[in-house]
Amino acid sequence: MPNFNWLHVGFLLQGLAWTLGLSVIAALGGGAVGFGLALARLHRLAPVRALAWAYVQLMQGTPLLILMFLGYFGFNMLGFQNLPALVAAGVAMTLFSSAYLGEIWRGCIQSVPRPQWEAAECLGLEGWPRLRHVVLPQALRIATPPTVGFAVQIVKNTSLASVVGFVELAQAGKLVNNSTFQPFLVYALVAGLYFLICWPLSAWSRRLERKLHVGRG
Amino acid sequence: MSVVVELRGLHKRFGAVEVLKGVSLSVRRGEVVAIIGRSGSGKSTALRCIDALETIDSGEIEVCGHRVHDSALDRAQLRRDVGIVFQSYNLFPHLTVAENIMLAPVQVKKLPREQARQLADEVLARVGLSDKANHYPEQLSGGQAQRVAIARSLAMQPQVMLFDEVTSALDPQLTGEVLEVMRQLAQQGMTMVLVTHEMAFARQVATQVVFMHQGRVWEQGPPSLLDHPATEELRAFIANGL
Repeated sequence: MPNFNWLHVGFLLQGLAWTLGLSVIAALGGGAVGFGLALARLHRLAPVRALAWAYVQLMQGTPLLILMFLGYFGFNMLGFQNLPALVAAGVAMTLFSSAYLGEIWRGCIQSVPRPQWEAAECLGLEGWPRLRHVVLPQALRIATPPTVGFAVQIVKNTSLASVVGFVELAQAGKLVNNSTFQPFLVYALVAGLYFLICWPLSAWSRRLERKLHVGRG
Repeated sequence: MSVVVELRGLHKRFGAVEVLKGVSLSVRRGEVVAIIGRSGSGKSTALRCIDALETIDSGEIEVCGHRVHDSALDRAQLRRDVGIVFQSYNLFPHLTVAENIMLAPVQVKKLPREQARQLADEVLARVGLSDKANHYPEQLSGGQAQRVAIARSLAMQPQVMLFDEVTSALDPQLTGEVLEVMRQLAQQGMTMVLVTHEMAFARQVATQVVFMHQGRVWEQGPPSLLDHPATEELRAFIANGL
């Protein structure tokens, strides 16, 4: 049995890179779909709102693990064989994060004070121009801390992608441990690497929150 | 003179409370109508109905030729003709004073930016705040913010301006500077409808005073009405110094 060495560290760092890659895909994909969802949840047409609501309920009510399996086997059943695990994991993570980001952002849009919407309306601004120029810039300010906070959840949840054979940081740790059988060392290192990404994000989120409060007072 | 705002038999309830019980009112071009009354008398609601900010249960509203009570109303068109200023200013905090004013002319009237900027400078000069164009709302005093709100409304060149207790959140000194701007507007011939607690202003500037009580127009007439109230309710209202 090989002793833990620099090759293993390199392997873990490679896993870390994939974790980051999948996180970025989830954040971008989830962000794009989530933004559409947030707008759909506030749409003036009830069927659009209902559809978006149903999507959110479905995604939030399904374990990410199951979404991963569905992504993996679902594509297979649809005839896309030998798709890279990254695609299945990316789709599952996008579905998952879009539902949460969509709800976070809907809340932020709705928390822009009613009189601001009304003032825009009274100047003849309605629909997209009102959102674009009056509501969204203010919602963005409110949305930044919780969004950065959710990014931490995204990073940590990518570890579930190991179930579809995606070798991200957690899976890399498992493989290294299988070969070295030094679980405490390996998993401590893995935990440390997650912490290295997540802690700055949390700290940034907290700082943004404080800044927001100061700005209001 | 032509009628700019006409309310006929407005009824409006919020749940179980009937706030307007048949309000009728007529405002001709160039008139300054001051609506006074206690809190809860329905005066603000009546004003908001003019700009289609409230839906009514029955009655008719005509404003600058727009049938406001009609479900086919083109709100955007109505709001080109009607400007409204609120007690809480409602300036957009993320935009500078000039940007606040330019937003609607550029987005709604599709004015080129340079032209909109010129317009912003003009209306800012009218409210005496030319030097504040590049300030953000949080850098303004309440009185200045309210004058910017008036300027922002003026930039859309409305035919009638509505003022909903615009000085109620200001201390007396700041109230004066806002009222002065409104006085000048009135002198320039702007048609104005204002809900106000400023009796002195109503006396001096209004052409018509409307006293609302319990959801009805209780008394109306020239400002001398305030010196010779016909009803006990108006007498009590004036005597309480409100």
